[in-house]
Amino acid sequence: MDELDIIPKKKAKPLFEPNIVRRAMKDSVMKLNPRLLAKNPVMFVVAVGSAVTTILLIRNLIEKGTAQELLFEVQITLWLWFTVLFANFAEAMAEGRGKAQADNLKRGRKEAMARRVINGKDEMILATSLRRGDLVLVQAGEVIPSDGEVVEGVATVNESAITGESAPVIRESGGDRSAVTGGTTVLSDWLRIRITVDPGQTFLDRMIALVEGAQRQKTPNEIALDILLAGLTIIFLFAVVTLLPYSIYSVRAAESGKAPDIFSLIALLVCLIPTTIGGLLSAIGIAGMDRVLQYNVLAMSGKAVEAAGDVDTLLLDKTGTITLGNRQAVEFVPASGVNVQELADASQLSSLSDETPEGRSIVVLAKQFGLRERELSDKEVQFIPFTAQTRMSGVNVQGREIRKGAANAVFKFLEEKGMKVSTDVERAVTTIAQSGGTPLAVADNVRGILGVIHLKDVVKGGMKERFQQLRAMGIRTIMITGDNSLTAAAIAGEAGVDDFLAEATPETKMQLILKEQTGGRLVAMTGDGTNDAPALAAADVGVAMNTGTQAAKEAGNMIDLDSNPTKLIEVVQIGKQLLMTRGALTTFSIANDVAKYFAILPAMFGTLYAVSGQPHGPLWALNIMRLHSPESAILSAVIFNAFIIVALIPLALRGVQYRPMSGEALLARNLLVYGVGGLLIPFPAIWLIDQIVVLLHLAPVS
Amino acid sequence: MTLAGWLQIGLFAIVLLILTKPVGNYIYLVLESPDRFSVPLLTPFEHFTYKLFGVDERKDMAWKEYAFALIAFSLVSLIFSYAVLRAQGFLPLNPMHFSTSSAPSYATEMTPDLAFNTAVSFTTNTNWQAYVGEGTMSYLSQMLALAFHNWVSAAAGISVAIALVRGFARKNASGLGNFWADMTRSCLYILLPICFVYSLVLVAQGVPQTLEPYVNAVTLEGKSQLIPLGPVASQECIKMLGTNGGGFFNANSAHPFENPTPFTNFIEMLSIFLIPAGLTYTFGKSINDTRQGWALLIVMYILWFAGVLCTYYFEGKGNPNISQLHVQTQASVLGDNGGNMEGKEVRFGNANSALFAVVTTDASCGAINCQHDSLTPLAGLVPLINMQLGEIVFGGVGAGLYGMLVYAILTVFIAGLMVGRTPEYVGKKIEKKEVKMAMLFVLGAAFSILIFTALASVWNFPEKSYWNAPGPTFANINNAGPHGLSEILYAFSSGTANNGSAFAGITANTPFYNTVVGLAMWIGRFLLIVPVLALAGSLAGKKYTPPTSGTFPTHGWMFVVILISVILIVGALTFFPVLTLGPIVEFFLMKSGHLF
Repeated sequence: MDELDIIPKKKAKPLFEPNIVRRAMKDSVMKLNPRLLAKNPVMFVVAVGSAVTTILLIRNLIEKGTAQELLFEVQITLWLWFTVLFANFAEAMAEGRGKAQADNLKRGRKEAMARRVINGKDEMILATSLRRGDLVLVQAGEVIPSDGEVVEGVATVNESAITGESAPVIRESGGDRSAVTGGTTVLSDWLRIRITVDPGQTFLDRMIALVEGAQRQKTPNEIALDILLAGLTIIFLFAVVTLLPYSIYSVRAAESGKAPDIFSLIALLVCLIPTTIGGLLSAIGIAGMDRVLQYNVLAMSGKAVEAAGDVDTLLLDKTGTITLGNRQAVEFVPASGVNVQELADASQLSSLSDETPEGRSIVVLAKQFGLRERELSDKEVQFIPFTAQTRMSGVNVQGREIRKGAANAVFKFLEEKGMKVSTDVERAVTTIAQSGGTPLAVADNVRGILGVIHLKDVVKGGMKERFQQLRAMGIRTIMITGDNSLTAAAIAGEAGVDDFLAEATPETKMQLILKEQTGGRLVAMTGDGTNDAPALAAADVGVAMNTGTQAAKEAGNMIDLDSNPTKLIEVVQIGKQLLMTRGALTTFSIANDVAKYFAILPAMFGTLYAVSGQPHGPLWALNIMRLHSPESAILSAVIFNAFIIVALIPLALRGVQYRPMSGEALLARNLLVYGVGGLLIPFPAIWLIDQIVVLLHLAPVS
Repeated sequence: MTLAGWLQIGLFAIVLLILTKPVGNYIYLVLESPDRFSVPLLTPFEHFTYKLFGVDERKDMAWKEYAFALIAFSLVSLIFSYAVLRAQGFLPLNPMHFSTSSAPSYATEMTPDLAFNTAVSFTTNTNWQAYVGEGTMSYLSQMLALAFHNWVSAAAGISVAIALVRGFARKNASGLGNFWADMTRSCLYILLPICFVYSLVLVAQGVPQTLEPYVNAVTLEGKSQLIPLGPVASQECIKMLGTNGGGFFNANSAHPFENPTPFTNFIEMLSIFLIPAGLTYTFGKSINDTRQGWALLIVMYILWFAGVLCTYYFEGKGNPNISQLHVQTQASVLGDNGGNMEGKEVRFGNANSALFAVVTTDASCGAINCQHDSLTPLAGLVPLINMQLGEIVFGGVGAGLYGMLVYAILTVFIAGLMVGRTPEYVGKKIEKKEVKMAMLFVLGAAFSILIFTALASVWNFPEKSYWNAPGPTFANINNAGPHGLSEILYAFSSGTANNGSAFAGITANTPFYNTVVGLAMWIGRFLLIVPVLALAGSLAGKKYTPPTSGTFPTHGWMFVVILISVILIVGALTFFPVLTLGPIVEFFLMKSGHLF
């Protein structure tokens, strides 16, 4: 699991928290409601079987069956009910964590008040009565009453109520940081906010509904699996129901033995139908969504998580996902006849007031040349800020005009001064541009061109390895960038992505998605801006950043509360893990049947065709586990069948272990563990239960 | 078991393997190649057929249309056969005067329920025979009511298989091809040329082909013997090639006129598997990945071989109770006649009988060259399981491939999830609809076999009742104990799987058995074909998902192993309980000296 933990989970809690377990136990009884049971065909059959045995048991109690018969019948009935309860418990456990989290969220939602501004006047009203379009004022220390857009003001906001992250974030009007979420708290200053949602539809409301699983719908793959399990259940129902006439025939033909009783037949049925996966299926789905949530990603539907596992193509924004997000100065290339020291000095001077990350990185690089930061408070110093027209910034110091900026802008500046640019500088500019970097020319009005600063996108550590893993999993990564294709190609090569889209616009991004989808591939992407919204909506998995605009958040089918686009990869892995867990437990469940046959069939037919005077007939030879008696054999199989559900709850909740590798390798591994394991494990397990059952005198020794 | 026996089995496997690719290629050419395949001599007939029936052979049919055409065609031809059978007494080519007042004493009456059963049987490619061919059927009935279906039901099977193959091969398509064209082309270009040569070979080997009446011969002891004849060769070849299996004579391929020499025995077995094996290659070629077809073929080979091994081993060992009586049961050096020889032709010996029994039940042929009723218990278990799996080991012409593909879909769905993706098979995503249709397919077969067998094992008819004159249904059984249950189980397995072979030992020509087996055959054919075509329709409409390294590869050994496991666990495990009460308990009883 170490690969999964590159981004640490925020809320790594133990699987079995006492209060969740307590609540789940209560819920598992509540879930015996037939209407809820009917949603799960496999468990419904078990419940009906349990009800039938209960009625028969009551009848036999009244008619006073023998003590030995009653002991067997009571136990079978109890264990059948336990099978249902254990399945309910699994589901309740999976829901438990979400419910606990929802409770926390609900607490934060209560009794918030809002200061609504109408016609320039404030009035205090209940937050829940705010409607879309209302204007509210929120001051330091107050809770933002509902979702909205900041229309005025800048403030720090604590969003821990939603994200669990206590470090404050800045929210301001205009741009991509204008969205605020109801339930978060303004720490400093104030904000004027236009409310964008009606009551009941706030992000918090939706989040509560999602984590609670209130509107949980079965996902497409889950429905398909349900059909398979229902089909298998019906097939085994045929097999068991017809066993009665076959035995009646056989008893008549053998003139010995007796047809199996209803208790044994129902026990056989419950053992054969895929109760293990049937009992755990919904828990797996809920737990999958919960796992996504533990990475602080809010999936709007289980379908989205499932689709994540199927993703073939990942569209990753270069900035912030693949690279650190800011270009950094990595090299000073002096013009001929200029000392590196001189260039560094001029670069530093011109960048001292430059608060952009690029500017700061120049100062940092200059430090390596022994240049300390200087205090420039002299009156003679005049900073020239960057403008879109000049595309240069710089500083005027004691008549010296230092300029740095886009190469042709600086060259033009020199031209105006009547100075020439040496060819080696021009060559350096081209070389840097070709390598994917950004050249910044530096010049002054005294010596002319001084040289070039090489700014470069720095690829995040470990990204190359991750892309390799993704490739092994069969996922193609495409880097999306606004850079020109030269720059893009260089970074793409360095990061090891499979492809890139350069000079990307929302339109080309959309086209790329559609092209991939027409080719039969599923696409995942992240986005935050309003212009990302159409692409987010078109992608099969669209993860919107929580810091993003409202439009983006509504278009995506997941929201990353931490706004960390790299997490897309984790989401994909969780999706895969979800599907794998289903497949693994289905295989395990079906493979289990072989052993159960060998326990129950000899027990049922052990007396057929018996030579008179001998306790067992020829079919007792099929009792290869050497179980003690027919009663103990059937009981052991039923107990195993019930207990395996509980034993697998941790696996269902946590998901099967997942390492990125090729489909074939994954299959081989899982097949060995869950297929072969599922075939073999029940034999010793049932044998052991049989020993215990006999030891406790719960069934006759022979 | 003898070395000579194994050599023959090995030769069979090798020759079949060599023929797979050319046959598959040829079927591809006829049905799937983009430029329409034609043969100078035959193509005019094709066009004439379309013109005669006013068919637009280029119209692409959606799955419902395709299914409707198939079922409508089958129903009409069913009624036609029923009418011919019932009216055979008034129709020509009836030299022995069956169903007339001058019918011979040994003749069986063509009752409505027998005619229904027989018509259904041949329409569904089952060829379950509740009658004795040479004692019931006129030559016209044999040719027009029965052999006719041997052709068209085989062609229909190929058509359905090709429709499913197209479902995989086509992208975003709504149509599955044209049923009438597929039928016509299958008959004309695939079945006809092979049968033409094949029947001449059979004639050369001594199989009769005549419309003359039966011959009355005087034996060496001076007694008179009636020797039945007929247009046997022409019916024999399509009976094997089309995996129909309905013998001209009651003794089927054990009869010297149907299967005179070891050579005919060899090619008869080979012709059962010929088209089913070829179709796996056609499948691979159509989806542009022949490895996928080979993988399915390997699965078939393994399951086939396991069956042969089991049957030949237990037949070779014979019955321990007989060897205890110091009866010579060892195989002689030259012959292959050791072990259990009850119900076998000495001409064929043990290996060729065991092989035939497995081949005929792997495929839905149902022709027999030895009595399956006489097989030792666990050897008899193999034909039962083969049929209960749904005849997917090579299987019926067409039916084998589509059955196997259904299991491939289930396998991919169950195990494919373990790679962490929505399961895909050859580029098509397996989703709700596909799983539903695949499950319906498996459910239909399980229902028919299990429920009908259950009915027939306990239904208490009063004696001399119309439905079942012998009384309770178990009174029709000639053998006591578990063997009787096996006989009932075999009848419904054979009917549902459209196999048509019989364990025999059961009086099946009563209205009850005729009707219920008829129902089983109908369910086993059409109730399973409809989900297959729905599946094909759904698949054809899907887009193609190109495989990545994250996809579950369905051409490797791992897939082969998983597919076999799923077939055995999902397919066979359902029948394990009833099999324990039949052949398995009989095996244990035989070991302790009880025979039935």
